[in-house]
Amino acid sequence: MSIIDTIVQGVLLGGLYALFAAGLSLVFGIMRLVNLAHGDLIVLAAFLILLLSSALGLNPFFAALIAAPLMFVAGWALQYFVLNRTLGNDVLPPLLVTFGISTVLQNGLLEAFSADSRRVSIGALEGASTGLGPLNVGLMPLITFLSALTVIFGLNQLIYRTALGRAFRATSDDIVTAGLMGIRPQRIFAVATGLAMVVVTIAALYLGTRANFDPTSGPSRLIYAFEAVIIGGLGSLWGTLAGGVILGVAQTLGAAVNPEWQILAGHLAFLAVLVIKPRGLFPRAVD
Amino acid sequence: MTAMLETRGLRAFYGDFQALFGVDIAVAKGETVAIIGANGAGKTSLMRAISGILASEPGMIVYRDEPIGALAAPDVLARGIAMVPEGRRLFPSLSVEENLLIGAYRRNGEGPWTLESVYELFPILRERRNNPATALSGGQQQMVAIGRALMSNPDVLLCDEISLGLAPVVVRDIYAAFPRIRQTGASIVIVEQDIAQALKVATQVYCLMEGRVTLSGHPEALTREQIHQAYFGAPRHEHH
Repeated sequence: MSIIDTIVQGVLLGGLYALFAAGLSLVFGIMRLVNLAHGDLIVLAAFLILLLSSALGLNPFFAALIAAPLMFVAGWALQYFVLNRTLGNDVLPPLLVTFGISTVLQNGLLEAFSADSRRVSIGALEGASTGLGPLNVGLMPLITFLSALTVIFGLNQLIYRTALGRAFRATSDDIVTAGLMGIRPQRIFAVATGLAMVVVTIAALYLGTRANFDPTSGPSRLIYAFEAVIIGGLGSLWGTLAGGVILGVAQTLGAAVNPEWQILAGHLAFLAVLVIKPRGLFPRAVD
Repeated sequence: MTAMLETRGLRAFYGDFQALFGVDIAVAKGETVAIIGANGAGKTSLMRAISGILASEPGMIVYRDEPIGALAAPDVLARGIAMVPEGRRLFPSLSVEENLLIGAYRRNGEGPWTLESVYELFPILRERRNNPATALSGGQQQMVAIGRALMSNPDVLLCDEISLGLAPVVVRDIYAAFPRIRQTGASIVIVEQDIAQALKVATQVYCLMEGRVTLSGHPEALTREQIHQAYFGAPRHEHH
C-alpha cells in the first residue's frame, strides 16, 4: 500500500511542478524565449501574496486573486518594454537579459524582505487531509494538482479554441506573415507573458503555502520547471503536466528509499528521459 | 480615373542593397493591375513595400490620399490592403479553417467575405476545413492563401506569384475565382511571371526590370516587341 501512497504523493507533487513549468512552456511555445527569471518571478509573486495576505489580513487565495492581475500587468510590461527588444535570430540576448533580471529580482527581494525564509499561512487547510479511496491525501496537494489540471486545460482551450489562441499559434509559426494578418506580434508576446505571469501567481500561491521560501528560492524552482518542460517535450502543455508528474513521482520514490535521494532521483529521471527521447515525450510536430 | 493606391518614386532597400529605384504605379478602384518582369526585377519587393513588410518613406506610397509608406504591415492591412504572399506562407499549426479565420483577425469593417462565401468560392476547402493547411496540395494551399487574404474584406488585394509552381490546369481554376473577387469592387494587383496569364486578367500592366518600370499600359495596347524589350532590356530581333 505504501508504494501506491508514495506514487500518489508524487503525482500530486507533480501538479506543483507542472504549475511552475506551465508559464515557462507557454512563453517558450509562442516566442521561443527561455526566461531564466521564471523561478524568481514565482518567488516575487509569492512575496506579493504574502504581503497582501499579511498586510491586509486577506485569505491567501483571495490575495492571489488580487496579485494575479498585478502580475499580468507586470508581465505585459516586462515583455513589451524589455524582452521584446531581445528577441531575434540570436538566442543569447534573451538569456543574458533574463539572467540579469533574475539577479535584480533576487537582490531586490533580499533588500525588501531580508533573507529570512517565509511562509504563507492558510490556517486550518494546512494539515487537512481527505480520503481518496483507501488513501489519505493532503487537501492542499490535492487542490494544487486540480489547479494544475485546470490551468493546463484552460490554457489549451485558449490556445486551440479562441481567436487569441490562433494569433498565438500563427505568430509562433511565422511572425512576418502574422503581421500581414493584422496581428501585432509585440502585443501578442506581451499578452502571452502576462498570461504566463497569471499562471506564475497560481504557482506562487501553492509554493508559498506548501513550503518555506526566501529571495533565493527561485533558481531551484526554475530547474524543476525546466525539467518538467523538457521531459514533456517543448511546446506541449499536457506534456508539461506529464513531465511534472514524472518528476514528482521520481522524487517521492527516491525520497522513500532514502530522504537524501529525493532531488537526485528527480534529476536522474530527467536524464533518463533525455537519453531515451531527446525531444521529450510529446514533442510538437511542427518546430 | 483617379488612383486609389499609388507609388510615387518608390525606393526600397534590403540593407545596403537597393531593390527599387523610383517606381511609379497607380491602381484605380476596381482595376486589376498586373506587374510582370523577370526574376529579380523587383516585383516581390514592390509588393512587400506596399504591404508594409519592407519599409519605405511615407509619401512614396499613397493610399486614398494618405501617405502609408512608413506604416507597418498590421496598419496597412487595417486600411484595407491585404496580401497573398509569395510561397503562400500558410500557418502550419493551423487548420484550413483556422488559416481562413486568422485572415479575419482584424477585419476592414463589414464586407462580402465570410467563411461561407470563401467556401462558395473554393468548395474544396470546405471539405478540407479541418485538415492541417500544409497537408493540402499546392493549388489548394494557394486557395487557402487567397481566401485568408479575402477574409479581411480588402479593398486592395495584392497577389504575389500565385501561379508559381502550379500546374496550368490548377492555375486556371484559381484565376477562375477572380471575376467573383472583382465583383466585390476590390482592386487587385497581381505579380505574375506567366505573361499570357497576366495580360488576360489585367486592365493595366506594368513591366519591371532591375527595380524600374520599363513599360506600362493597357494589355491590348502593348505589342509583343514592346513587352519583350521591357522584360529583357533588348529589342526582340537582337536575340536571333
